[in-house]
Amino acid sequence: MGGRRLSLNWIGAVPFLVYVAVFLLLPTSIITAGAFLKGDGSATLSNFQDLSRPYVISATVNSILLSALTAIVGASFGALLAYAIATGNPQGLLRRVVVSAAGVLAQFGGVTLAFAFLASIGPAGLVTILAKQYGINVYAGGFWIYDIRGLELVYLYFQIPLMVLVFLPAVDGIKPQWREAAESLGGTTWHYWRYVAGPLLAPAFLGCTLLLFANSFSAYATANALINQGGIILPQQIANALSSEVGLHEPGFAKAMAVTMIVIVVMVTVLYSLLQRRTSKWLQ
Amino acid sequence: MAAVTQSFQRTRRQKLQVFRAVIFVVAGLFFLVPLFAMFEFTTRGRLLTDPRSLDAWKSIATYPDLIAAIVASVELAAITSFAMLVLLVPTMVWVRLRLRRLNRIIEFICLLPLTIPAIVLVVGLVPMYQWMGINFSDSILTLAFAYVVLVLPYCYRALDAGLSAIDVKTLSEAARSLGASWFTVMVQVIVPNISSAILNACFLSVALVLGEYTIAQNLLYNNLQVEIALLGRANAGVSIAVSAASLLFAFVLLVLLSLFNRGRGRLRLDDLKQVMRTERG
Repeated sequence: MGGRRLSLNWIGAVPFLVYVAVFLLLPTSIITAGAFLKGDGSATLSNFQDLSRPYVISATVNSILLSALTAIVGASFGALLAYAIATGNPQGLLRRVVVSAAGVLAQFGGVTLAFAFLASIGPAGLVTILAKQYGINVYAGGFWIYDIRGLELVYLYFQIPLMVLVFLPAVDGIKPQWREAAESLGGTTWHYWRYVAGPLLAPAFLGCTLLLFANSFSAYATANALINQGGIILPQQIANALSSEVGLHEPGFAKAMAVTMIVIVVMVTVLYSLLQRRTSKWLQ
Repeated sequence: MAAVTQSFQRTRRQKLQVFRAVIFVVAGLFFLVPLFAMFEFTTRGRLLTDPRSLDAWKSIATYPDLIAAIVASVELAAITSFAMLVLLVPTMVWVRLRLRRLNRIIEFICLLPLTIPAIVLVVGLVPMYQWMGINFSDSILTLAFAYVVLVLPYCYRALDAGLSAIDVKTLSEAARSLGASWFTVMVQVIVPNISSAILNACFLSVALVLGEYTIAQNLLYNNLQVEIALLGRANAGVSIAVSAASLLFAFVLLVLLSLFNRGRGRLRLDDLKQVMRTERG
């Protein structure tokens, strides 16, 4: 049972460890190291200086605004929906249907989602045509579906169900006795929300909003299927810098943008898990 | 006083019911209209006044690139599921038997891809695939290498749930003491006991691989989703029909998954949340 046995035991985990080292850790190291390298392999910070190019700044700002807006709107409506579910029969059919639908819809992304919206509110979409019959021109203000305003609408389609899934446990954790207690002490509905339920749900709400932010910040497929040229959000700029078709092939720069994205996503995720820990204290 | 409280509570309940009804109707419209519109769009005739037709669905077969992409994606789904099982199941069993200390590390590694957006991961994969294209193979099927990493978190959770439900140690010790080889232990003792977890992991990998766009597109491979997006620029009807078909297929997979998963709804919900994050990539 000595050292020989120990080394034999380790062999069993080697194939797995080698595989993740090659296909997960190696690409990650290529990104982090490559962000600090010039084309000829010498060390540089110029890739990060390039982040101040006007089109990169505007793509980053777009990405942050898009993610923040869809996170806040998605979280607000998702929270209302979660509350509407939680106040119903816990074993009811409605709840089961809505929760499983949220599970399916939250994973409904990518190319298909973009097409579903083009089919409904695109220039030849069902809603657009119906609205025209009632004299309403959906596109009076320009073809907004093909720019950031279109993304804002489309992203809500996966943000709201995600919010329902992650926020529902917190809403379920609210006990009716707390409301009764507030009422027996003479509190109104406003008092109850302001001083009891609101402060209790706030960390969970904030945490879930952050999760939604990270979720749309890293989304690429839907945006690229909807808006095929240009790079209005950061993930598209990364793809542009990777591709040689546009004549902008800049791998080092792509890596610097990728590092920026990792930093933002990791910060948001860490904040989320801190807030989540705070919520779980009273959820038990 | 009691009567006042009662009527107070009744108005509150009525208000709550109105609120719930409004929320459910608004949400229902927002989420069902795009789904309905997809099927409406694919059954349109040439002109809006023309009768409904299934031309878009029928002409799917007339696009050889599309067929090739469908075949490639299905092959990738099969290869990825198989490779994932071969890599993950023996390792997870071995770690449970002999290397308990490594358990947390393996879990951490498996969940790591969740925090790396696909568009970021692909930046690191580009030089590797360039090298592989020159020295090994530039077939679209090499995407399976990356996809195995992509499905790790979901499959790890599914398999972990299965393995936690059985006593791996006792089972394999019993089999070994009766003279079974490690291979026999794995194939005839462990695998049959976690078959539903294995099925789950496979379903999740298939759904994920069929929906994957970001990695394939940036590595310049035309898988199903990339081809659908390209086709959408030429013929919206057909590409929306294929999207609707792939959506239906994914939906059938998820329903099957939930059937196999009865009574373990929690796990399924978790998996779905995870899948969606990667699929959007």
